[in-house]
Parts: sequence; C-alpha cells; structure tokens
Amino acid sequence: MISYAECSARERLALLLDAGSFHEWLPPSERVMSPHLAQLGVPSAFDDGVAVGRATLDGRSVFVAAQEGAFMGGGVGEVHGAKLVGLMQRALRDRPAAVLLLAESGGVRLHEANAGLIAVSEVMRALLDVRAAGIPVLVLIGGANGCFGGMGIVARCADHIVMSDVGRLAMSGPEVIEASHGVDEFDSRDRALVWRTTGGKHRWLTGDCDALVEDDVAAFRAAAIAAIGESKPFTPAALEQEHALLTKRLHALDTTDTTDRDEAALLWSALGIADARQVPELSVEAVRALRTA
Amino acid sequence: MQWNSLVTQLFGPYHGMREDGDFLQGEVIFDGEPVAVIGTTNHAPIGVRLALAQARVVLDTITQHPGRPILLLIDTQGQQLRRRDELLGINRAMAHLGASIDLARRRGHRVIGLVYDQALSGGFITSGLIADACYALPDAEIRVMRIPAMARVTKLPEEKLTALSQSNPVFAPGVQNYVAMGGVRALWRGDLQACLRDALAHTPTEDRRARDGAERGGRRMAAAVVQRVLDAA
Amino acid sequence: MSDVPAGLETLDFSFSGGQPAGAFAPVLVGVVGSGNLEVMLEPAAGKGCAVRVETSARGFGPIWQAVMNDFHARHPLAGLRVSINDMGATPAVVSLRLDQAVAEITGGRP
Repeated sequence: MISYAECSARERLALLLDAGSFHEWLPPSERVMSPHLAQLGVPSAFDDGVAVGRATLDGRSVFVAAQEGAFMGGGVGEVHGAKLVGLMQRALRDRPAAVLLLAESGGVRLHEANAGLIAVSEVMRALLDVRAAGIPVLVLIGGANGCFGGMGIVARCADHIVMSDVGRLAMSGPEVIEASHGVDEFDSRDRALVWRTTGGKHRWLTGDCDALVEDDVAAFRAAAIAAIGESKPFTPAALEQEHALLTKRLHALDTTDTTDRDEAALLWSALGIADARQVPELSVEAVRALRTA
Repeated sequence: MQWNSLVTQLFGPYHGMREDGDFLQGEVIFDGEPVAVIGTTNHAPIGVRLALAQARVVLDTITQHPGRPILLLIDTQGQQLRRRDELLGINRAMAHLGASIDLARRRGHRVIGLVYDQALSGGFITSGLIADACYALPDAEIRVMRIPAMARVTKLPEEKLTALSQSNPVFAPGVQNYVAMGGVRALWRGDLQACLRDALAHTPTEDRRARDGAERGGRRMAAAVVQRVLDAA
Repeated sequence: MSDVPAGLETLDFSFSGGQPAGAFAPVLVGVVGSGNLEVMLEPAAGKGCAVRVETSARGFGPIWQAVMNDFHARHPLAGLRVSINDMGATPAVVSLRLDQAVAEITGGRP
C-alpha cells in the first residue's frame, strides 16, 4: 500500500496512471508562473501548483490534472486556473475517454483574491462544458488538505468522485467557521468532528461521493478505471432527482433535538444507516457495505 | 441600492416581486415579455436552504417556461458559515444550483447576473459567475473573503491586506476591478432598463471572461495560458 | 527574520569546472511549501554551472553560497542550470533536494 495522502501531486500521477504514460503540457521548464505572488514576497512554483497533461489509464486515453496541496494549500490562482480551463477546453476538442482531476485545494488562492475567484468560476464552467459533451469527469480526493472552497463546488459538478477516508470534501474549512461563529459552532481542533462532518466516510454514507477507498494509490487507480465509462450529462429529470434528495436531507434533522448530540450520527441514522455511532471506528470496507442506496 | 428600488426602476411599481426572508423572486414583465427574477437581499448568507430555494425556481422555469430569460439579483455575504450546512453538503447544494443555472443556459434561457450590493466567494460562484455574464451596479463590491479572516488564513498582516485592497486591483473589492479583469462584463449606470435590454440582447453565451480580462488589461495571463495548453505538443 | 518582507530575494551563483552533465530532460524535485523548496535542473549551453535562487527567506546569502559551494564540490557538473524556489528550507533540506535532483538526471551521471 502506498499512501495517496503522503504522495506529492507528481508522485500520484506517476503511480496512478499507466507507467511512463504521462505527457505534461506547460511543464515546469516552461516557467508559466504566477504574476501575482512576488509582490507579496511569496515564492512561485514553476508549474503554479498544478500539473496538466495527457496519459493513459488502463490503456485508455485520459486528460489529467493534479493539484499540489503543499503549494499554497493547492489554492487556485490565475495561471493555475487557466491551466485547468485549458485542459478542459482541450478535452472538448480532442475527446479523451475521461478527464481526471486529482484535486487537493483550499479553493480560491487568497493571495490572488479576485483573479483566483474568477479563475475558479472559469474552471467550473469549463468542467460543465466537458460534462455536457458526454466526456466523464472524475475527481479524486484523498490529500491531507482536502477539497474545499470553490473547488468543493467544482468537484460536485463532476460525473464521479472517488474519496478515501482520509480525504475531505466541503465548502468552508472548520477554522473559518470557528473564527466566524465560535468554537461551540465548530471546534476546528476536534479532528474526529471535522472528519465526521466533511470526511470520506461521511460523504460516502450521504452519497456525496461515488466511491470510498483506502488511502492507497492502487485503490484510487482501480476506482478511476472503474469509473471511466460513466458519463452522466445533466437532464431536468436528473436535477429534479437531485433536488428531491437534497431537500429530503435538509429536513432529515428538522424534528430531532440535536442539542449536545452527534449530528453526523443522527443524520446517518435518519438516512437508514444501521449502528451509526460506530461508523468512525469501522474499516473502509465495512463503511462501504453500510450504504443502502 | 435597496432591492425594491432597483426592481421598481427596472420593472415599474407593480413588478410583483416578493421578499421571503432573504429570498427574492418574481415573474416580471419587461418589454412585454416575462422574465423570471431570482435573488437575495440583506447580504444573505447562502446556506443549503437558500441554495435550494433558488434552484427550485430555476428548475421550474426550465420545465414550465422554456426559453424564459432569468435575472439573478445578487446581494450576499457568501456561503453560510455553519457546521450544519457543511454536514448537509452545502458544496453539493451550491453545485446543484450552479448546474441548474448551467442547464437553463444550455436549454436556451438567457441568464443574466447583477450584483446590486455585494457578493462574496461561494455565494457568487454559483450565481453571478455561472450566468451567461454578470453585471454590476457601480457602487457594488465583490470580495473573496473579509480581511480579518483572510489575514488569519494567509498569515499576511491585516494592515498589508487593507493597503492592498485600496491600491491593488487583484485585492480591491470595487466592481471596476472585476470589469477590468473580465469577471464582470459591464457596469449598469443611468438608464437601468436600457442596460437590461442591452444585456438580454447582446450577452454572449460562451465564456468570454479570460479574453475580456486580457483585452482590458486586468488579467493578462489567463487567456494566453489557456491557448498555450490548447496548442501544446 | 525581518518583518513584512519587501519581496523575494534573488541570488545568483556560478561555478566552473566539472564534468559535462550532457543532455537530459529537465528534472524537478521538491515542493514550494513552508520550510521546503523546489529544485529544477536543466541542461545549459557552455561549460559552467549557473544557479538562481528565489527565496522568501531574505538575508541568508552567505549560507546559500556555502551550500552551493558544497553542492558543486559533491557534484561538479558543467553545462547545468539550477533553478530554485525556496520558502525557508534549512541548509540540510536544500542539500538533500539538490542531491535528489542530481540522482534523477537520466543517463546515470553521478
């Protein structure tokens, strides 16, 4: 087992894709870097924190991007975002079997503020174009930094999400919520609470990710291979179904007094998960078996 | 600007829009044609509930009123910062709203965004920024995050961020910067009805923002980098 | 450490002598994170070894010089361009990354 979380973005690409198949566009030697970081005294990365290119996965042509979580928390800046948009637009033209996004990001790169916000939005629109064209977009989430902010929205625009139990998928980070509404609202240092609220097991049980794997590069590879064929273009019927699911979930805890109780366990119970309180202790395999839908 | 004053200027005093908490909606008549209006007010935090309320109207418009234009009126402080919303998957609810708006666009509905007061971050990504194009009133402001929170996350001092917000287009919240960067297509000044008329008639349906940012000089690299990826061997 | 930095510091070093590195595909090791750095090696025309460092940790020029001197002594390579983006790595980490980068140059040059 090789820990996906402990790998760098480039290590993930080397180990997950077919050996030696990754061909990078705008590699580090081309020095396509951030125009905004130097003014803040922050060093830039030669690839602006994301590697994009083409490869094969189980012999099939895929386009792939991998975000480096250790650089600026994987935050999306002007150039980083444009590399992702370029990858998506190229997919529309060249029609690979799938687009893979190895996502690890805090969302908008705050050091690039306005440019980063617009960039994330452009990535979202480009991804939706690829999806509408019938090319499946697969997002893999398993890095230590998780997939947050605008990238948490972008991820949910994809056809398919694979998460490990180590991974997290959400909008706002616990620190921001704690800073805004206090430690009683969200104790960001309570790791168990953070993972019950945003981690892979929780997202699997609620259906917010489509596959749950161990923190193992080979497991991510297998799950990505399995997902390649599944394009799910949006239709009014599909969106109505999603709307009904989210509405039902919104009301799942309405009649329950959740004061001083574990809301995650209550939600899992409301969703029909047996023995909800045991979930955090269970193995990934056991949690996988719990999902009823 | 107060939403009612804005809507009255656009659609007259009998516009028929209603306010339900922070949520605005209505079917208005503009130049003799119905337009669906969806919006938020009171600098609304967008949680799961409000994201779904907006999506509901978009989906109803797609199924019941094919081709009807949709106007998004934006005044938000961004996503709701609550653990309960994260537990319930607010990112998923926001993606659902974004996907609904995106489907409406693909089905031929013109979707226009207008920031009439403020817009932040997640509350903006799945409203104005996913429309065909976003416009703004001149005094509106758009931000990623408030400075104190930004200072905590970036470890940059508040004083430095404040100074940058005054002088640096990448950080300044004034919508003029967003126009220069291509994020906002244009500002609406003076005759708002004329502005809306023009937007409905001439807003492009493909994403021109990177090109606009390059042409206007506010975001010089994005379009070129996209093209480089397209051209790379 | 100084307070609010006025920007990045750029340091340039050059060395002569050594074995030609030959032709090789650019190598990148490391990541620009706190206490870390990325090192890129590329073949270069000429007989020298040119090093450029961009760092957020200002004021450590003499230490970088010493680290680079040691590096060139361990791996005297000619026709080499070394480019570094640094966010406050210790000399030990810098030396480690440089050695890791050299090890990755294809063609097996030591």
